[in-house]
Amino acid sequence: MTDKTDRAENEIDSGRRDFIGVAAGMTAAVVAPGVLLHTVAAAPRSEPVTSDVRWGLLVDTAKCADGCSACVEACNDENGLNLQTPPEGEPDRKWDAQKAVWIRKVKLQDNQTGRVTNLPMMCQHCEHPPCVDVCPTGASFKRADGIVMVDRHLCIGCRYCMMACPYKARSFIHQDTTDQLTSVPRGKGCVESCNLCVHRRDYGEASTACVDACAAEGHHAIVFGDLKDPNSAINQKLKEIPSRQIREDLQLNTGVRYSGV
Amino acid sequence: MAKVLMRASLVAVSLVWVLAAQTVLAAEVKRYVVEGSRAAELDSCVEPTERMRRMHFEFIKHQRISTVHEGIRGTKYSLAGCVECHISYEEQQPQPIDRPDQFCGACHAYAAVDLNCFDCHASVPNGGGLDAEAQAAHRAAGVEKLVQSGRNGEGH
Ligand code: HEC
Ligand code: HEC
Ligand code: HEC
Repeated sequence: MTDKTDRAENEIDSGRRDFIGVAAGMTAAVVAPGVLLHTVAAAPRSEPVTSDVRWGLLVDTAKCADGCSACVEACNDENGLNLQTPPEGEPDRKWDAQKAVWIRKVKLQDNQTGRVTNLPMMCQHCEHPPCVDVCPTGASFKRADGIVMVDRHLCIGCRYCMMACPYKARSFIHQDTTDQLTSVPRGKGCVESCNLCVHRRDYGEASTACVDACAAEGHHAIVFGDLKDPNSAINQKLKEIPSRQIREDLQLNTGVRYSGV
Repeated sequence: MAKVLMRASLVAVSLVWVLAAQTVLAAEVKRYVVEGSRAAELDSCVEPTERMRRMHFEFIKHQRISTVHEGIRGTKYSLAGCVECHISYEEQQPQPIDRPDQFCGACHAYAAVDLNCFDCHASVPNGGGLDAEAQAAHRAAGVEKLVQSGRNGEGH
């Protein structure tokens, strides 16, 4: 118990130090990323990812519209999730509960005040991911740049990670899959979840499918960016508006943050 | 004594015969590159052909680890890359590369290798935008040094 508190305290501290260190030391380098983004955009990554960046999302729930599912659809499109077909004879309700989804639109209502909040819920890309802790094969892992994902070559489909995830962010593929996209292989017997459009990351693209779609709808409710770069759009926004981690009591230090919840 | 000599020369003759047969085999080794694929128009694979035949699965496996765990996409042994260059077309339609009459499938059928890679991986180039990039990546990769994977838990 004490151990745990110690751990949490240390990390909050070391996190702060990192941020301040970066803020103080790297003003010069900060101009570069914006410029670099464009030159990098064409070139696929040839060096291993590093922990110099940590990718994250900030969701402004005040801007997340009721009834809009642009982010979900864009995600499905980008990752070929919309190519799934229900097994023959499966009732719609069961299929809806079982098909793979990487983003869920969640609607919260405060029963005392009646206030309704909409938000997209996806893998929260924890710094201390429970799914990685429980994985017996090492398939669930956190990439150096903070993306939590499944190495499907190692996944045996045991689904411990699905049970360990406090956010219900992971899906299991129950049946044979065809017509997958080249950039997003996926198939039966493995667990999968949001990987912050990892293929886009590695080809140097600026954002994720959900963020682009949300912006295209004019909502701009999701911001993507590097949590370690003090000048990134996401950090500017984090500085500006109050935000929270969902289930912050679990001290997982999520990479996806929400404001207005 | 004569018997022994006889035997020895028989052995020698059969040895020569076996060797000769092998050289003939080597010269006429069946080729698997399929007409109408980009590979059919090129002189060589991403490595010398002999090396590819013997080693391709090792290359792909190392690539797999460095891509999935380290995000490296610029190297030449990408599985998507194999498919993109070795795919063949019939009436403009790409033919799934793992089919027993196609590049990977034909040789694997011959060698009794059963792959499940294409349960998940697209067996035809598929997915628009990134494809062009993958192609560019691929051509660029010709000059790129193979980045050795630091994370190799698979006993190599
Ligand atoms: C840029 C195009 C290109 C790419 C990419 C490519 N190849 Fe090839 N490959 C070729 C060519 C051309 C040949 C024929 C070489 C020759 O004629 O000797 C060939 C030959 C081969 C052979 C020998 C075939 C035979 O008939 O014995 C194998 C095996 C092979 N490739 C596997 C692969 C694998 C696996 C990959 C992915 C890692 C791959 N290739 C990627 C162009 C390519
Ligand atoms: C259960 C699904 C699944 C199976 C089966 C599978 N893969 Fe993958 N593979 C993936 C996923 C998911 C990725 C990650 C793709 C990404 O992030 O771009 C991947 C990535 C790769 C990559 C890097 C991307 C590329 O195109 O170069 C290679 C190489 C690879 N796999 C090789 C293999 C080989 C070889 C096999 C068969 C022995 C195989 N995979 C079987 C799901 C699978
Ligand atoms: C010239 C024949 C030949 C061709 C063409 C060929 N392969 Fe193979 N492949 C083999 C042989 C033989 C083995 C088995 C090697 C062994 O087990 O020692 C093998 C094994 C593999 C394995 C490892 C299987 C395992 O279970 O570990 C992978 C992955 C693979 N091939 C991918 C490919 C892909 C992808 C292509 C097409 C781009 C291809 N191969 C084309 C002959 C070929």
